[in-house]
Amino acid sequence: MLTYILRRLGLAVLTLWLLSVIVFVAGQILPGDPGRAILGPLAAESAVRALDHQLGVDRPLIVQYWTWITGLLHGNMGTSYSYRAPVAPFIGSALVNSLKLAALAFVIVVPLGIGGGVIAALYAGKPADRIISVAGLSAATVPEFVSGIVLIVVFAVELKWLPNQASAGAGAPFGSQLRHLILPAIPLVLVLFGYIARMARAGTIEALNSDYARTATLKGLPRSVVIRRHILRNSLLPTITVIATQTGYLVGGLVVVEHLFTYQGIGNLIWTAANGKDFPMLEAGVLTLGAVYMVATLIADVLYTVLNPRLRLGGEQ
Amino acid sequence: MSAPAALSVPAAQSQRRPGGANSTLRMLLRKPTFLAGGVILLFWVVCAAFGSLIAPHDPTAQQLLATNAPPSAAHWFGTDQLGRDVLSRVIVGSRSILLISVASAVLGTVLGTALGLTMGYLGGLVDLLAGRVVEAVLALPVVIVAFLFIVAVGPSTGTLILVIGFVFTPLIARTVRSSVLVERQLDYLASARLLGAGRVSIMATEVLPNVLPAVMVEFTVRVGYAIFTVATLSFLGFGVQPPTPDWGGDIYANYGVLAAGYWWETLFPALAIASLVVAINLVADSAEQVLAS
Repeated sequence: MLTYILRRLGLAVLTLWLLSVIVFVAGQILPGDPGRAILGPLAAESAVRALDHQLGVDRPLIVQYWTWITGLLHGNMGTSYSYRAPVAPFIGSALVNSLKLAALAFVIVVPLGIGGGVIAALYAGKPADRIISVAGLSAATVPEFVSGIVLIVVFAVELKWLPNQASAGAGAPFGSQLRHLILPAIPLVLVLFGYIARMARAGTIEALNSDYARTATLKGLPRSVVIRRHILRNSLLPTITVIATQTGYLVGGLVVVEHLFTYQGIGNLIWTAANGKDFPMLEAGVLTLGAVYMVATLIADVLYTVLNPRLRLGGEQ
Repeated sequence: MSAPAALSVPAAQSQRRPGGANSTLRMLLRKPTFLAGGVILLFWVVCAAFGSLIAPHDPTAQQLLATNAPPSAAHWFGTDQLGRDVLSRVIVGSRSILLISVASAVLGTVLGTALGLTMGYLGGLVDLLAGRVVEAVLALPVVIVAFLFIVAVGPSTGTLILVIGFVFTPLIARTVRSSVLVERQLDYLASARLLGAGRVSIMATEVLPNVLPAVMVEFTVRVGYAIFTVATLSFLGFGVQPPTPDWGGDIYANYGVLAAGYWWETLFPALAIASLVVAINLVADSAEQVLAS
């Protein structure tokens, strides 16, 4: 068990390092140099070169990478080109905002997805199953901004029930913040629903066809008890993994949703940094998202092992 | 080749070929979901091919005296901020998204199939090394990776196709690899080896035809995801550049006035994207079912 977690941790660190290299390389092959981007097309060549030197972008790549990665390990994420201030506080507050939005989406989608999947499995092959499966799959492939726009048109512009902006303003009460986050959370819910429902459906069908389910039915237990006690407990295990892996997906979706609903989250921060060629901000933002994703999958894997008695006991022998 | 694997061969092979390509097509045409998806898809393909002939107006012609006009008899879908006809832009806009999505899915499928075949068939060190890299790439959100690289090299049609194609390669390689692993155990490959066929020739003429159904399903699924990715990148302003009509790009350009009540400029391109992805899914879902039966 412990060796498994350690190995898993090692793999996560390795992937994170690979991500840092990818992010750094992508940041470095960006056309145009940062000095020029900051000072504008009219600045003198000497001023651009002086700023490049001050920013350190005229040094060899490997030296730059080393400075950047050692800085990161010491908690220094660099200085934003656009704001002329340390990156870390921006990332921190944006991440908190994003996590609020993501948490709301998960609170809605997890019961909904599991419920939908279990219903689909119990009526496998019947119209209810087909509707849930096809609708879930379709909802999952409709881009978040498409459903987001339909929601804004209907609920914010026409009906005026909910605000079309996600930010409630600094220090707003919890209720107001929640009200502002409902519309942005729905597109994320729609995308995630299909995946979670499909996994819950597959797990439930497998459990339904198992010997222990048949035994439980044959010994005369009512169907509801069989489903609750024998089937759900076994079918939901793989679903946990899917829910955690979908965090990665959620993270990608955040860029779009936060941009659409003008929410000061990490997705919007990355978008602004990319548009302004603010490399330190962009690199730190993407790497933070990668780290969040790694942590989520790590937790999922560990949870899966802890919850599955076969793996748990197998590891201790 | 182990004995149990050899025993399972006849059953596995008789299951695989119930009939030719004709019967597969006939089974597909009998599915209402396939027909519904196919009709919508055909509609957009016709729009993509002959859009400029069908469109009632020039999609790039600006009428600065009729900006933000609501839907009317003259402009069914209204006009945008520059007075361009939204209906015409939606019709002609199908071209860029279909072209880029299909091209990138083809690129990803070809590269991914080649990689998956090699990994699955050769196994060993090649499989191990390529597998690590594939896992690392898969650990990153697709949109973020694509976004990062498009920001890096600048948006253009070619860049979009290349980046999305490359991002999809490991995903397809993983699917193909697992199909190949099943095939590798079967007798016909041992026979081919004993006949003296080379590795490349076995992969191309023996393994590939047998994993092709899985590849085709993966391809249709990937086209759906490619549409998602292209539309998303365009919406973020890193896709097809104006003034070319493009659904995601048009939404990006006009969603700023959405709150002012000019909903038609963004809603219609959004519905077009939704109809296209749903159509692709209906087709992919029925293809998967027919090939699995």
